[in-house]
Order: sequence, then structure tokens, then C-alpha cells
Amino acid sequence: MASLNLLVLVCLGYVVMLFIVAFVADRLAARGRSRWLHTPLIYTLSLSIYCTAWTFYGAVGYATRSGLEFVTIYLGPTLVMVGWWWGLRKLVRIGRSQRVTSIADLISSRYGKSNSLAICVTLLAVIGVTPYIALQLQSITLSFSIFAEADPGSVYSDGASVFYVASGLAVFAILFGTRNLDANERHHGVVTAVALEAIVKLLALLAVGAFVVWELAGGIGPVMAQIDASEIGRWNVASGRWITFTFLSAAAFVCLPRMFQVLVVENSDERHLRTAAWAFPLYLFLMSLFVIPIAVVGLDLMPEGANPDLFVLTVPLSQGREGLAMLSFLGGFSSATSMVIVAAMALSTMVSNHVVMPIWLSWHGEGASVSGDVRNVVLLARRISIAGVLALGYFYYRLSGGGDALVSIGLIAFAGIAQILPALVGGLFWRGATRTGALVGLVLGFAVWLYTLLLPELGGNFLSDSVIRDGPFGIGWLRPLAMFGADDLDPVVHSVMWSLLLNAAGFCIVSLVTFPSPLERLQAAQFVNVFDHSVAPRGWTGSIGQSEDLMIMSQRILGAQQAQDLFHREAEAQGQRGYLPEPSPAFLTRLERELSGSVGAATAHAMIGQIVGGSSVSVEDLLAVADESAQLLEYSGKLEAKSAELSKTARQLREANAKLTQLSVQKDAFLSQVSHELRTPMTSISAFSEILRDTDGLGEADKTHYATIIHDEALRLTRLLNDLLDLSVLESGQVSLNMRSGQLFEVLDRAEAAALAGSERPLLVRRQRDEEQFALHTDLDRLAQVFINLIANAQKYCNADHPELRIKVRAVSDRLLVDFVDNGSGIPPDSRAVIFEKFTRVSGEKAGGAGLGLAISREIMQRLDGNVSYLPGKSGGAFRVMLPLGARVAAQ
Amino acid sequence: MGRHVLLIEDEPNIIEAIRFLLTRDGWDVGTHSDGSDAIEVIQAASPDLVILDLMLPGKSGMEILRGLREIPALAGLPVLMLTARGQSRDRDMAEKAGVSRFMTKPFSNAEVLTAVRDLLAHASRQ
Repeated sequence: MASLNLLVLVCLGYVVMLFIVAFVADRLAARGRSRWLHTPLIYTLSLSIYCTAWTFYGAVGYATRSGLEFVTIYLGPTLVMVGWWWGLRKLVRIGRSQRVTSIADLISSRYGKSNSLAICVTLLAVIGVTPYIALQLQSITLSFSIFAEADPGSVYSDGASVFYVASGLAVFAILFGTRNLDANERHHGVVTAVALEAIVKLLALLAVGAFVVWELAGGIGPVMAQIDASEIGRWNVASGRWITFTFLSAAAFVCLPRMFQVLVVENSDERHLRTAAWAFPLYLFLMSLFVIPIAVVGLDLMPEGANPDLFVLTVPLSQGREGLAMLSFLGGFSSATSMVIVAAMALSTMVSNHVVMPIWLSWHGEGASVSGDVRNVVLLARRISIAGVLALGYFYYRLSGGGDALVSIGLIAFAGIAQILPALVGGLFWRGATRTGALVGLVLGFAVWLYTLLLPELGGNFLSDSVIRDGPFGIGWLRPLAMFGADDLDPVVHSVMWSLLLNAAGFCIVSLVTFPSPLERLQAAQFVNVFDHSVAPRGWTGSIGQSEDLMIMSQRILGAQQAQDLFHREAEAQGQRGYLPEPSPAFLTRLERELSGSVGAATAHAMIGQIVGGSSVSVEDLLAVADESAQLLEYSGKLEAKSAELSKTARQLREANAKLTQLSVQKDAFLSQVSHELRTPMTSISAFSEILRDTDGLGEADKTHYATIIHDEALRLTRLLNDLLDLSVLESGQVSLNMRSGQLFEVLDRAEAAALAGSERPLLVRRQRDEEQFALHTDLDRLAQVFINLIANAQKYCNADHPELRIKVRAVSDRLLVDFVDNGSGIPPDSRAVIFEKFTRVSGEKAGGAGLGLAISREIMQRLDGNVSYLPGKSGGAFRVMLPLGARVAAQ
Repeated sequence: MGRHVLLIEDEPNIIEAIRFLLTRDGWDVGTHSDGSDAIEVIQAASPDLVILDLMLPGKSGMEILRGLREIPALAGLPVLMLTARGQSRDRDMAEKAGVSRFMTKPFSNAEVLTAVRDLLAHASRQ
């Protein structure tokens, strides 16, 4: 008996060999010496991943249970390859011209690059393929366990082996499926390895078959007799099941992600299809050739209850043919691994391209799409997706507990995947098919499939028995296994019929009532008429009579001078006498290029096409023109925005200019005020000095009087200069505040004394010292200056007979208010707005000040975070000084 | 030749200085310090010469000058304008408005005396 260890060694050796083959093929492809990789033979062999372990082992089991029905699994693909190779050719051509990466990408691309559709198909594929991957894992595990049973010394655990198998497959798929990011998503290494595995599994099955027929049964004749005698040979055809299953396997052949991968994505030359059209059916024929003999002989030979799914393995083993059994095992192993690897790769491409990347990009914004790390993110997403797909398969296997439950899942998965068919075929051949239609069809079909096939199959956990028996909420016609009263149908037939019927109906009806977007229509045209779109660049031919029309049009677009120059140059180059050149193809191409610089390529092409008439303007051309117009509109929108921006800037400039002008006017006014204030005392000083100097015989009293005037005016000048300097420092913000702590009443005392010192006019100042008990922390000198100014103003300007000034202090919330109210007539309303401006004196007043006091006070209070304002509505002139009380609190 | 000069000025010390100068030179000097009713005062006083400050409370010297020139009887009245503002624009405006002589403060006493004598001699020749 072969030891399990030997088997594991052989397996590992086989995998290593696959690695080497894949590696070498990748290297060759990278060096461009991949010609021999691109042969129809390898393409055909790679298609054999259709034959999974389910077909390798399971076909015999299927035959023992249902007779010849297993043939449907081979019949579907054969019919597709033979009868529909032109459809496949279209698929391959579209796949290449649109650079399609997966079936999800194809569907999404056809329906206006809709990612929601892509996600839908991806989900469907993942749900449909996961059980299938679990099935492969199970078959490998089962075949291992057969050898383990035969090897009593082995320590073997199903659970551990399935885990290692899944991990190993993930590593292989990651290593060779995501080594690089090819724009075409081609994987030469994997395809070559798959082709090799295809040979191994075919050889293994043929060898077992030959062994069974010629060694066990004793030749063809006896086998035929044995077959005739057994149940299996009976031509027992349930036409419903036959048609359904053939159709299903045909649909799956086209729609399965892994099949799409090898059939379309990995296709390097569509002529290979021609070979595959006969070679692949031949391959399938060979694969199915010995199924019945093995089944019949196995049933005869093996003990009652032996699993017919493993006859391919157990029959040689029971005869002691360990080498053959080993080969058979490798065949099964090959079937399972190639399927899992390609499926994982195909699914990972879909998951990463349509689910992971859109999410990643929306998180990282558009800017990320130009940076180099996207590549790494894509690769990482692929790798994680592969691991995720295999993990899903692994967990599905563990949850379903393996066993017979998995066997029927193959057809169920086919039925799920077949839901893509209407959208796919409709997309290829019907221009009216719309995105919404495809989406509705897919979702409907998927839902019905889920409800009528997958959930009932999974059993009571998902759908209770009562629902299956009586329908949901007792609605009889919604029973999952007898929808619309279709009672006595096989569950698979029933589900396929309803799901595809509703799918196709939804797809057609919604497509008819919805209107496709321009992009959808463009894609529809490119898909449906893929063969009409010649890749070769379009040339022009025209006649001399059209040159004038071309000239007129060009003048409109390029401008008269430039167009004439262009035509004239061309005419000279052609040796023509006039200014109109012959519209030769070369000239037309040049002209088109010139025009496209102004109006866009598509428009230029359409315009020349209109005149020269060499080709009609297609819908595609018109759409492209529309796109360009949209871009132009957008461009002009941008220009408009730009011009709005410019006019905004101009307005801002105007405003700034006006402000500067105003400032300049203010500066002029200020200078002329300063001049006036300086010249006036200067005039007096000058005049009286001259008088004193030039006048003889002045009395002593006069002399003293004039000298006093000179002195007063000199003081006035000094005051003015001090005020000007003070204001200039305050306004420039360069004043340094001398912050000190003190009492409000002390500041007021000082101010009162200073303001009233040496004044001739009496002013009675009324204060309430007990309400002035506020501690301050501020520039006490500056504050005193403000108070002095206010008291002095009252003293100068209060026009009452007995001038009085009342100083009231109170705190309101966080502010300290100090009011100075006199009993005069106050400031006339029309002057109130300007009293804080420089050199403002209320008209008629002449009190020796330069009119800078309040302006200075205002500046000081701003520096002290407070303000000074005029209080209207009081009986006399009233000013309020406001200080932030925070200053007081800070001092305490 | 009349010897009546009317001084319209709001700075007390300058009034005193000019009055002293002109009085000593033999002129009869009247004064007024408010711009708003200056034209009426001039009409009532009918002086031989007006010395007019530019910046006056109530009404500016420029306005007063224009007002005077609109009154036919006073259109030829010699007006000596004084200003403490150092702007040449003021001189232009005043000349347009028909000023007889324009002087910027501070002035020398001799200048004022000469100007007053010239203006009156000129006026009396007409």
C-alpha cells in the first residue's frame, strides 16, 4: 500500500513542477519569447478548467445515480463551442478591444461602465462560486482520506488537510496570479500550468478507463454487454432535466468567471477559437469516454455502499494498482487545483477592481489615482481577495460539513451563474438593452434562484419547512419549490425556469421602457457592432470641387488668413496653379488635424466627413461631437468664471483705489489743517515780534501785552506739536503702555486738578467718591489724559451760566462706565458724528485747542481696550468712557 | 481816497496785530469775526477795502468773496485774502473768484501795509 507520506510527497513534487512550469512560462513571456505559449493547443487545454474535480470524480458518481444524464455537463459546452463559436468570437473581440478584465467588467462596460452592475455580478459570482471551491477542497480531502484509510500507519485529519490544501492553493494563486499587473490581465504562467494539468487529468482518466475496460472487463465487447445489462445503460431521458442541464452547463461555460478568464481574458488570438471549436469538444469527449464503463465496472466490483464519486480512485486501488491510483489521484488533484486557482484569480480581479478599489479610491480621493501606490494597493487587494475567496470556500466546506451535501451544489452554482446570461447575451446582440434593465434582470433572477434553489437546498436554517410546504405567509403560489403553482417539476428545472424567465422578462421589459445614457448607447454600439468598427485609421478621398467648400469651412474655424495660407501652401506643394489644392487624402488628413486643434478631433472628422462624404457620420461620431461640445461648454463656463473673477478683482482694485484716494484726500486735508494750526499762531508771533522790534515809543503795558501774546501763541504751538506727536504715536500703534495698578478715584482726582489748574472759567465738578472705589490695572497716565481732556472740554465749552460737570461711575456686567455730563447745551446733533475726528471743533468755538483732544482720547481708549463716546439724550454735553472690568479683576 | 478797511478774521491776536498796523498807518479799521453774516456786514459798512480770512466760522472766505462779486455794487471792491492753509489750490480758486490780492500767513507787517496801500491807490485811480 502506498503510504500517505509518499502521496503527500508526490503531491508536493507535482506542485513544485507546476510552479516551475508557470515560472518558466512567465519568464519566457516577459522576454517576449512566448510564441509557443500562444498556441491554439494551450488555449484549448486551458479551457479544460471547465472539467473540475466534480467532473473528474463526480461524473462517474453522477452516472451511477442518474445514468446518461451526466452527458449534459459535457453537452452544453460542446454545443457552445461548435454551434456558437461566432458568439464566442464576438465576446473575445469585445474583450480585447475594450480591455475587459472579467465578466463583471464586461457587463459593467457594456452598460455604460456601471459599477453597481459590476458589484452585482461580482457578488453573484462569489456566492455562486464559493460552494464550487468548497467542492474542490472536499474532493481533494476525500481522495486523501481514501489513501489514508488504506494506510493504517498514517496520522491523518480531514480538517487539517483541507486547511493546508486551501492555504497552498491560495499561495499558488497569489504567486502566479498577482505577480504583476498586466493591462490585459494575462497570466501566461498560470495558463501554461493549467494546460499541463489538463493533460495530466485527461491522461489519468484515460488510463483508468483503459485499465477498467481492457484489464478488468476484458475488452470493449464485454464492457458493452455489461453496460447493456446495467441500469445505467438505459436510455432513460427526462427531457426537462436534459434540456435544462444542457442549457445550464452551456450558460455556465460562458458565464463562469474562471471560464471567462481563460476563454476571453487570457485569449491572445481570436483565431485560436477556431481550433478550440473542435479540439475542446474532442477533449470533453475523451474525458467522458470511460465514465460509463468505470461506473458500471465499479458498481459491479466495489462493495455495496462504496462512494461511486470516488470509483476513479478506488477501483485501481482495490486492484492493487497503486501507480495508477496515484496517477488518478493526480488527475483529480489537477482538476481541483486548476479550477480553484483560476477561479480565485478571476474572482479576486472582480472583487478588487469593482469592490475594493472604488471604496479605496473614494476614501483617498481622486488625487490618489495618479500616484504610484495605487499599483501596490491593487496588488494587495488582489492578494487579499484571493485569500478571501479561498477562505470563503474553506469555511463553506467546514460549515456544510462536507459529505453528500456538496455534490449537488455544482448544478446549483451553475444555475446561479447562469443568471448573468441574459444581460451578457442581450448586451452583445441587442443595442436596446439598458443598464437598468440588466440590473433589474440580474437582481430578479438572483433573488428567485436564491429563494427557489439555494435556500431550500441549504435547508431549515434559512427557510423553515412550513414556508417550503405552504409558501411564505401561507401564500401557496409563492412556495419556493412550486412557484406559480408549477408543482411537479424537478427543483433545479423549476428554479432555472422561473429565475431565468423572470430575469429575461425583467431585463427586456425594463430595457424597453428605460432610456440609455449616451455612454451606454456608445458602448452598446461598440459591443453590438464590434466587427463593424475597423481598427485601421480612416482615410479620406475627395474631389477638387469640394476644396472650395473645405476652404469656406476652414476659414470659419481657423480664421481667413490662416486657412488661406494653409490651402495656398498645400496647393504650391501639389504644384497647382490656383490657391485651391487637390483634396488628396494626405491633405485631408492634415486639414483634419489642423481643424481638430480648434474644434476637437471628433468634430473635425465629422465636418470633413460632411463635405467630402467619404463616410457617413455615425452615431458614435455624433456622440463624440456632443462630448466635445460639452467640454467646450465647460471650457466657456470656466472662461465665464474667470471673467467674473477678473471683474471681481477689478472691482476690488477700484475699491482699493477709491480708498487710497480717500486716504490721500484725508491726508491732504490733515496736512492743510496742520498747516493752518501752525501758521495761525506763527502769524501772531511774527506780527507782534515785528511790532515790538520796529515800533518806537511803545508803552511798557503794550510791550508786556504783546510779549504775552507772543508767549501764549508759542505755548499754543508747543501744545499742538505735542498733540500731533502723541496722536501720530497712538495711531501708528507704536505706543508702549505703562500698565500699573491704581484706584479710579485717584486718577479722577489727578485729572480734575490738572484740567482745572490755572483756568479762568469756573467749573463745578460733582463727584460721588464712594462710587469711584474701583481698583484698576491699566495705563493710569493715559487714562488720566482722557479724563483731563473731557474735563477741560467741559470747562472750555460748557455754555451754562454756572457750568457744572457731573462725573458718574458704575459697573455694568464686565464693563466700567465713567460718564461726564455737563449742564451746557451739549453738542449739536450734526456735529456729533465728527467730534472725534482730528481738528474738529464745534463751529463758533475758539478755545485755543487744535481740535485733537477727542481724537487722541479715542485712540487712547482703543489701546486700553475700551472706548469713549458721546452720549446723546442727556441734558448737556455728555461723554462716556468705557473700560473693560477685566482689568480691574486682574488687579485684585 | 477812502481810508476805511474792514477786517474779517476770527483769530483775536491776528485781529489785534493787523488793527495795530493799519491804525498806525492812518487807516480806519473795522473788524468782524463771523463768516455767516459777513456779506451783510460788508454791505452795511461799505468799506474801501476788505481783508478777508479764508477759514472763518459759519461761512468760508471763498464763499464770501463769491457772494461779494455777485453784488454789482461790490464787484469792484478790493479784497485782500489771507490764509493759513498752505495750498496753491486755494490761490487759484481765489483768483478765479476775483480776489484782488492773496497772501499766505504768516506775513511780514510791511507786506500787509504795502498790499493795502497798493490796492487802495489802485482803486482810487479807477
